[in-house]
Amino acid sequence: MFEKLITYLQFPFVRYAFIVGILIAVCSALLGVILVLKRYSFIGDGLSHVAFGAISVATVMNLTDNMLFVMPATVLAAVFLLKGGKSRKVHGDAAIAMVSVSALAIGYLLMNVFSASSNLTGDICSTLFGSTALITLSMKDVIVCLVAAVITVAVFIIFYNRIFAVTFDEDFSKASGVRAERYNLLIAVIIAVIIVIAMNLIGSLLISALVVFPALSAMCIFRNFRAVTVCAVIFSVVCVLLGLILSIIFSTPTGATIVTCDLAGYLLFLLCGKIRTCG
Amino acid sequence: MALLKCEDLVLGYDNTVLASDINIEIGTGEYHCIVGENGTGKTTLMKTILGLKEPLSGRIIYGDGLSKNEIGYLPQQTDAQRDFPASVKEIVLSGFQGRLGLRPFYSSEQKKEALANMERMGISDLRDRSYRELSGGQQQRVLLARALCATEKMLFLDEPVAGLDPQVTVDMYELINRLNREDKTAIIMITHDIDAARKYATHLIRFESNEVVTECLKN
Repeated sequence: MFEKLITYLQFPFVRYAFIVGILIAVCSALLGVILVLKRYSFIGDGLSHVAFGAISVATVMNLTDNMLFVMPATVLAAVFLLKGGKSRKVHGDAAIAMVSVSALAIGYLLMNVFSASSNLTGDICSTLFGSTALITLSMKDVIVCLVAAVITVAVFIIFYNRIFAVTFDEDFSKASGVRAERYNLLIAVIIAVIIVIAMNLIGSLLISALVVFPALSAMCIFRNFRAVTVCAVIFSVVCVLLGLILSIIFSTPTGATIVTCDLAGYLLFLLCGKIRTCG
Repeated sequence: MALLKCEDLVLGYDNTVLASDINIEIGTGEYHCIVGENGTGKTTLMKTILGLKEPLSGRIIYGDGLSKNEIGYLPQQTDAQRDFPASVKEIVLSGFQGRLGLRPFYSSEQKKEALANMERMGISDLRDRSYRELSGGQQQRVLLARALCATEKMLFLDEPVAGLDPQVTVDMYELINRLNREDKTAIIMITHDIDAARKYATHLIRFESNEVVTECLKN
């Protein structure tokens, strides 16, 4: 069992997958805390569908580098969804549902009509649920991910106090002269970038798990913002690592295994939280 | 010169006018109560003065050395806040956010001042407790301490006693009154409690069906 793991770890692409997995786990947990508390959990889901749609468009257009199109498209969608959720005629959750299904439908439609691939179902399935085996990443993918992760963590630390304040009470922030919209915009852009990167690892339908489970689990046990944030990051990293290892050992699909680990972890934390409050 | 002046303010949403011809002047140490039926524009007035909403027309002038980041605000609580995982200390400190400038973290003076404000509100022994585990009255004190971190000059309170039981309500009014009397903090408070308004306030701003009437209660 462990021999298999050790054999696998000798391949650079497996090591890359572990590095990228940890980086994504950290970033998605940090953003997840904000999104869950802002009641925007579904934004991750909506954006990943937009990214799926964008990938289809990029594939049909035969772009050499999909990212050049997918990234800006998803960032734009994120800005649209997060910005002025209150001022628009169509409200937050409905807007997300609308954008999300439209992107999914158009993406699938385009792939079906125009794709030259011989294994269309397989392609779509792996975009939605992540690849069935461990993904193959190049050194370039790892570097892109590393840069995005460093930026995310740096932004989170530098703006930690402001992010907390704006998340807790946007009106108070605005009243005391803080440009809350700027932080919302910043958060939207980072979320979009992380989601596009995370999609390769775990698939677009399963991304929300990386966003919501760490934050929700941490909130079962901890009662202040800092502790929740730190715990969510640790929880997320442990689950992703566990998921990756199990998926290698048992040859299961990576994305689904990671999400199952997240669910198991959440249930465990929920139980611990219940015992603590009762005891 | 007044701290804050509203001239011919017209409030509303899109093309619906909620209230018009609002002329208010708020000076140092004054205590204004805004009263009126629901939906007449009380909260909208407060949000407009705070810059959270644009007025349909009219002007808001800050005077007497009052700047935009010297306003303390105690908003109505949202559902999201009630179960927000945050310690009392974290929330009170966030009152300084408008005065962070370019620094990423709060200074040690600000931390001391936050502690002093918790002391004044009688919640310093709760500082490591979680906000969501506190009673309604304690939560309001936390938000009041946060507002005090933002300013000593002017506080806007949107129904600070909503949902509190009678004894806690009296305590809350006394606390606010003390800030007004002892520290000369100008108070602008929305309330449904006309008796309390008459007891404590120096000025009354009444939202009636088609006009806004200001009334001076004491000098």
